[in-house]
Amino acid sequence: MTPLAHYLLVAALLFSIGLAGALTRRNAILVLIGIELMLNAANLNLIAFWRYGPHPEALTGMMFAIFSIAVAAAEAAVGLGLVIQIHRHAHTTDLDAMNRMKG
Amino acid sequence: MSFAFYLIAALTLAGGLAAVLLKNTVHCALALTVAFAGLALLFLELDAQFAGFAQILVYIGAVAILVVFAILLTRGSETPKDGVYSRNWLAGLFIAAAVFAVLGWAVLQSAGGLPQGAVAAPTVTVLQIGNALVSRYVLPLEIVALLLTAAMIGAVIVAMHEKERQK
Repeated sequence: MTPLAHYLLVAALLFSIGLAGALTRRNAILVLIGIELMLNAANLNLIAFWRYGPHPEALTGMMFAIFSIAVAAAEAAVGLGLVIQIHRHAHTTDLDAMNRMKG
Repeated sequence: MSFAFYLIAALTLAGGLAAVLLKNTVHCALALTVAFAGLALLFLELDAQFAGFAQILVYIGAVAILVVFAILLTRGSETPKDGVYSRNWLAGLFIAAAVFAVLGWAVLQSAGGLPQGAVAAPTVTVLQIGNALVSRYVLPLEIVALLLTAAMIGAVIVAMHEKERQK
């Protein structure tokens, strides 16, 4: 079976890819995509630790991952709603062009 | 078994990289779907069937569709003239590389102490998950239900038209 460290390295790489996307892209939707990738990398860590832990029948890590998926779905809905409203208001999703919060 | 893991991991990472690097926003959303599917396969490989199928339902079925809708509603598929990367992309890349260096270092340092093989695969049925959700995890379940309701109402109010709000 694959050692746990390989799963952790894949999750770390995916987290860094998501972080790089969130920090370097201009488009607000692409920043949200980067954040989703980071959340998913955290979920992979939770599931991997659950599977390799001494008591996988306690379901703790899996429950964490399921709740995390639910919270991420709520975050995506609100975030994309905000992006649509900002686009309607400022006619751009370019984060470099959005430099004031006043309407 | 191990070979399948490396194949799926490569697919997931390629999907994630493409989602971050591609110029066309719609292509990014499609690559994101590939990354989500790869993660669902990794969950299945880790014997977490329920989490894997929840991942497919929630992420591929809902979040990816939401992203595509948002791209189409904001006309984000048009590539901007002044590049897709922000002004201070070099700093962002540096921060991400530094974070990966720290995480990778921490994993490799502790790799000796981590379990090399797992205990026998647990048989997790949906019945067990449901029982756990309404017994031990009932409070988090209620909080998540409240959060989802609040997020749904909030998203609708935020994205509603200004004129409709004034009524």
